[in-house]
Amino acid sequence: MIRRVALMAVLLSVFSAPAASVEPDEILADPGLENRARAISKQLRCLVCQNQSIDDSDAPLARDLRIVVRERLTAGASDEEIVRFVAERYGDFVLLSPPFKAATYALWLGPAAIFLIGGAAVAVFLRRRRASVPGEAPALNEQERAKLDRLLGGDGAS
Amino acid sequence: MTAIRSSTAIPVAVFALLAAVFGFYLHQIGTGEKDAAEVPSALIGKPAPEFDLPPIEGMEGGLRTADLRGEVAMVNVFASWCPPCQQEHPFLMRLARAGVPIYGINIKDKPKSARAFLRRLGNPYRRIGADLTGRVSIDWGVYGYPETFVLDREGRIRYKHVGPILAHDLETRIVPLLKELGG
Repeated sequence: MIRRVALMAVLLSVFSAPAASVEPDEILADPGLENRARAISKQLRCLVCQNQSIDDSDAPLARDLRIVVRERLTAGASDEEIVRFVAERYGDFVLLSPPFKAATYALWLGPAAIFLIGGAAVAVFLRRRRASVPGEAPALNEQERAKLDRLLGGDGAS
Repeated sequence: MTAIRSSTAIPVAVFALLAAVFGFYLHQIGTGEKDAAEVPSALIGKPAPEFDLPPIEGMEGGLRTADLRGEVAMVNVFASWCPPCQQEHPFLMRLARAGVPIYGINIKDKPKSARAFLRRLGNPYRRIGADLTGRVSIDWGVYGYPETFVLDREGRIRYKHVGPILAHDLETRIVPLLKELGG
């Protein structure tokens, strides 16, 4: 039973196409332009749902923006011009991949910085531990050897 | 001894710092001072976009960029199908009675419903443009309804409010700003 459900889940995830919200009447006749429109739409955040791109969202605003993207493409605008057109109106927040600039340095560089700090901390920790554990244990003195023999029940012949 | 102390103190200090930062923002969201879903407008400080809208069918007026210059004014994006628009309507009426020029952009509305809405609740707008396709609203960066903009004398956008203007917003944001701009 569990196997069958698992199999079904795998099959569903393999064969289902990623859901897009582009409606038939929006699609451009030129497949090249339509592909560019899809690629641009995937970079733009839908401000109604906020965690979906306008390509994924069913919100009316997302549809309007998809149409704007296609109209401008048809009018001959470049991909960058269209992205800038939308960002000028809605701010950098619409860009699902935020630009690299002063306000976003912490966002882009933060993970690498934290990784480096963490790596350095681990290196320091390991080095210190190695320093406190000498490579070879010092040999037992007479007294210790006698005690060990006694504990092991030996006669000291070894 | 000191090694142990510093190795415990650092994580505790980092945790305390993070807790303080998150706590501060949560508190702001809790008191309504900050809305996590609100997007800062890209248009603040910029001139109002160029547009020219026809009136709501069956009414006078229409609205274009030139109408918004020369006076401190408000632009309100509304529709009869939007419940929060009804909620804020009495406050717009109050501002209009106090002499604040309010201009309306009626978005994706049926002319008949829009006219009925204004007949029933009153018309606080000097002029109204009908944005049937929502295209002009995109130029204004509108993403939720209602949205309200405050413009200075030069027709520059100084403030944007997303969602209904209620008593609190009126007192703490809108009225002080209108006074500051000399409206």
